[in-house]
Amino acid sequence: MSDNKIIQVRNLQKCFGDQLAVKDVSFDIKRGEIFGLLGPNGAGKTTIIKMMTTLSKQDAGKITVNGFDTRTQGRLARTQFSVTGQTATIDQDLSARENLMIFGRLNGLNRQDARDRASELLTDFDLVNSADQALATFSGGMRRRLDLAASLISKPAVLFLDEPTTGLDPRTRTQMWQAIRKLVANGTTVLLTTQYLEEAEQLADRIALIDHGKLVALGTPAELERRVGGMQLRIELSEPRQLAEAQVIVQGALQLPVHADARKLTVLLTADHVPATARILDQLQTADIAVNQFALETPSLDDVFLKMTVGKN
Amino acid sequence: MKVATTQNNVISNICTMTYRNLLKTLHNPDNFSDVIMEPVIFTLLFGFLFGGAIAGSVHAYLPILVPGILIQSILNAASGSGQQLREDINGGVFDRFKTLPIASIVSLAGQLFGDVLRLLLSGMMALVTATLMGWRPTVSLPMLGVALLLALFIGWSAAWIFALVGLLVKNAELIGSLSMIIILVLTFLSNAFVPTKTLPLFLQKVVAINPVSFAVTAIRSILTTGNWGVAATLTLVSGVLITVVFMGLSILVYRRRA
Repeated sequence: MSDNKIIQVRNLQKCFGDQLAVKDVSFDIKRGEIFGLLGPNGAGKTTIIKMMTTLSKQDAGKITVNGFDTRTQGRLARTQFSVTGQTATIDQDLSARENLMIFGRLNGLNRQDARDRASELLTDFDLVNSADQALATFSGGMRRRLDLAASLISKPAVLFLDEPTTGLDPRTRTQMWQAIRKLVANGTTVLLTTQYLEEAEQLADRIALIDHGKLVALGTPAELERRVGGMQLRIELSEPRQLAEAQVIVQGALQLPVHADARKLTVLLTADHVPATARILDQLQTADIAVNQFALETPSLDDVFLKMTVGKN
Repeated sequence: MKVATTQNNVISNICTMTYRNLLKTLHNPDNFSDVIMEPVIFTLLFGFLFGGAIAGSVHAYLPILVPGILIQSILNAASGSGQQLREDINGGVFDRFKTLPIASIVSLAGQLFGDVLRLLLSGMMALVTATLMGWRPTVSLPMLGVALLLALFIGWSAAWIFALVGLLVKNAELIGSLSMIIILVLTFLSNAFVPTKTLPLFLQKVVAINPVSFAVTAIRSILTTGNWGVAATLTLVSGVLITVVFMGLSILVYRRRA
């Protein structure tokens, strides 16, 4: 087993009936990274997570978590990770402290250790003041934090976060991000699925893009954005009637097709053309053409997502 | 490489899970309302409704009724296990339990051991109501205790049947009505409330092999003679059999699909 690869997924395959839900997916997750699993709804992300967390068995292929085969050594593999799902899976009828104590005991801590660890986590996650109240009084964000805290009881090597911030307000989401970054700083490896591309961009070191059960792209967010290709120059004029004149200048400077629309000029270009764009601004000024906006844009993860995946429809 | 910090012990895990279930029930005393009301209502209802017709008077009927109503009350409490399991599964808590390094039986057994409190409460309520209606045990207190324990055990083994129903049926409300049907068939197709001599022959045969009949006969005999009898042993054996079979099936279904 290679030591810096904490999770290995090899040729994973899963059918539901005669429908192939996951087709020959392979990837590795490095120790200590945040690995993002992205894809449209129904692409197979949850199915892959379920197999990785021993909740369901693959039809073919192999997954190891910290060296343990999830199919043949399920219980040992389960000692290596925790899962926080899309919904908060904590007991509504118990208090925060009781929930943490029980998960601590089930993870093999003795009574005293479970109690200490529960207090520690309640402090870390800013839940001390409501530790002994009924969960009915908890806000959505508090529940999610408690849910994450419950996953950390056993100090797992790997943490699976299945859409950890879905439905949270921006402030709570930022709090969750901070909590996740802190974990990784302490050595935990995180596998994250999310609907929010901004979240993946913020958190993930590497991203696997899944569509129709297949791995369509794998790399750092920057690599993926580069793969979608090119940049775009966008110039917006104050006076629409100067558009034709401006178009000639831009075309002359870049030697590329220029798209003109109302008062806007757009050009698709590559990094090589960037120096030439500086000249355009000068020339426009000399020609007395007033510019509202002049922007060089790189593709976002949104563009990657839209370009590389098809989705259910 | 760090393996599990401690070899997890199934028994202590079951205790933790039982504690969880008890805490849940105690935090929500509403959960007890069914096991308090049902025995009271049915003991009163059956006593006054059937007493005159079957035994000549309510007072004369009570010794016949008590073993039957005791079993029915406990079965009713036991049916809650299936519903509670399904609610926890649908709520997502069980998905998390499944990713913990614990044996499959832990989550199920924790639920059922925790439910013993409900069974006990239900049985006690039936006995208390009957006592208020004029029933007096004719045997020693220890033997009354033995009868109650036997009823609890058969009820607990039946809880595994309800657990299996809870694991198989996805809709929690449907589980409630299915459990009701199971209880009604099991208790009415037995000697719990009526003498069976007047039944058609094939029904008499059904009644004879119904474990509820064994249990009722056993408890009736303990409560009248003060002795453990053959029926009691038979009840114990059928309770063990039901537990083994339905616990096994429940674990199998739990692992595969719940």
